[in-house]
Amino acid sequence: MSPLLIYVLLSIAKVAVVTVVLLMCVAYTVLLERKVVGRIQNRFGPSRVGPFGLLQPLADGLKLFLKEDIMPTSVYRPLYILAPVIALACALLSIAVVPFGANIQYRGIDLFQISDLNIGLLVILGVTSVGVYGIALSGWASNNKYSLLGSLRSSAQMVSYELALGLSLVGVVIRAGSLRLRDIVDVQATHGILSWNVFGGFQIVAFFIYLIAAYAETNRAPFDLVEAESELTGGYHTEYSSMKFAMFFMAEYANMITVGCVATLLFFGGWSSPFGNLLPAPNNIVIQALLPIFWFVIKVFFFVFLYIWVRGTTPRFRYDQLMGFGWKFLVPLAIANIIVAALIYAPR
Amino acid sequence: MAFDMYLVIFLIFGALCIAGALNLLLQRHPINSALSLIVVMTSLAVLYLLLGAEFLAAAQVIVYSGAIMVLFTFVIMLLNAGEEERTRGSRAAYLVGFPGVAALLGLLTYIFLSVRMPLGNAQLGGGTLVTTSDLSRVLFRDLLLPFEVTSILILVAILGAVALARKEES
Amino acid sequence: MVVPIAYYLVLSAILFSIGVAAFLIKRNIITVFMSIELMLNAVNLTFVAFAHQWHQVSGQIFVFFVMVVAAAEAAVGLAIIIAIFRARNTLNVDQVNLMKL
Repeated sequence: MSPLLIYVLLSIAKVAVVTVVLLMCVAYTVLLERKVVGRIQNRFGPSRVGPFGLLQPLADGLKLFLKEDIMPTSVYRPLYILAPVIALACALLSIAVVPFGANIQYRGIDLFQISDLNIGLLVILGVTSVGVYGIALSGWASNNKYSLLGSLRSSAQMVSYELALGLSLVGVVIRAGSLRLRDIVDVQATHGILSWNVFGGFQIVAFFIYLIAAYAETNRAPFDLVEAESELTGGYHTEYSSMKFAMFFMAEYANMITVGCVATLLFFGGWSSPFGNLLPAPNNIVIQALLPIFWFVIKVFFFVFLYIWVRGTTPRFRYDQLMGFGWKFLVPLAIANIIVAALIYAPR
Repeated sequence: MAFDMYLVIFLIFGALCIAGALNLLLQRHPINSALSLIVVMTSLAVLYLLLGAEFLAAAQVIVYSGAIMVLFTFVIMLLNAGEEERTRGSRAAYLVGFPGVAALLGLLTYIFLSVRMPLGNAQLGGGTLVTTSDLSRVLFRDLLLPFEVTSILILVAILGAVALARKEES
Repeated sequence: MVVPIAYYLVLSAILFSIGVAAFLIKRNIITVFMSIELMLNAVNLTFVAFAHQWHQVSGQIFVFFVMVVAAAEAAVGLAIIIAIFRARNTLNVDQVNLMKL
């Protein structure tokens, strides 16, 4: 086989593996959420299908897949069908630039990252900002007042919080001097936990701004006004059923995982070990390659767990509180953080 | 590669641009027009990448597709704009406008194609990539004053938008 | 492996002409505004193509400024459209032909 063909085949295999793993993670994040929220509310959550309910995601997927796909009569069909596709595609797309582990090359292929871009961080921001259309169009095309209200809320909310989100990342970029995600992690990899952006990089304020803004971007509690079931029945996905609903559902959880990945990469040192060089480097080449992935997965899991924990414990914001908090508190704080970060890193 | 990938990508996304623009013209519902414009803008971002402008490609997606067009769709949804009725526009537009546009297009195309050789070719690689730091070096050193002036412009625009959209107290 | 710069310029000329035509034909004020954005985008493509040809970064800086101005313009323009809609209850440009509200 020619080297080009091998390269192309390996790349396709890599993309397929990453996508399948991501989708499995999405399915089991749903289970994790149901279990954890169940425990928070003093009940058990799903426990019937398989041991400890571990096969529940499969059963859920099968159920959603086999349900009748209802097409309401008064919807605007092209956009009604397009909206969940946009939502899911944008949610899955940003994983393409996320590095999971150290840069290990095999036949010219970077094993632990789909594509290493100079503007990786901007790509993630761009993809998330295009993701708004999935929710906005679904509400409009459903021709339902609850959906429309939900999607109007979401467009306003996502545009507002995108500002705080983007500004909170500037400090990190100033420190690394690059928008490439691998460079950003490399800066934090020197002294373990002490050189992570959240501690050694003095970006702890930026981290909390990012986390809050990202919760709002992904429409999760306490900012889930978009689907607030007590006022809007289901928000933007009121009219959706079967696979189309499942696509919105998967998009939401894939976005959670992406936010976890980005927070890990930008503030918690990515795949680098929290102990820095205190631990001796393992001799075995396989362990050497897999240990960074272990740290990465642990950190992402922490963020996903935090998402669920927050959802289980906090009440929903009111809409005017949400907007006021975003514009009057988070954005000025993010700007102040940029100034402080610039003053810290200017002398270098 | 014998197979000219660069040209193929250019043709695909150029065709998408033109198709999107024509769709904007032909669709009667504003939301369809807005979506076609998003397609045009995102394809343009790919063309910017082909021209080695990676930061601009990202900015195009974030600013145009992700912010400006979201505002447009938001306003369309908020005002619940229906299909437009095609009334007759001004006669000056039909008498002068369209022949003028056609003449402009013909003239530009003729000139561009006739100086095709001296203009040269676009290619990737070989130092044609403009990195973000190249861009910021020019922006924050040579063009700092215009940059600051645009920030004042944005401030004025924010104030104007707030003043316009505010409800009258009665 | 190459595409003549002229093709990019022709593409942007086509986009610009479609933008002008849409500006003249469309009767919904939001779509008219969108065709202005299309024209701005077409000009941006020209800037980037020339920046590539002359190996000059300043061409891309122009695009950056155009984007900033377009964002400011969109904010003000859409606010004006909302104000017009409140006053007139229509989005048709033919019915918005008086300066007085």
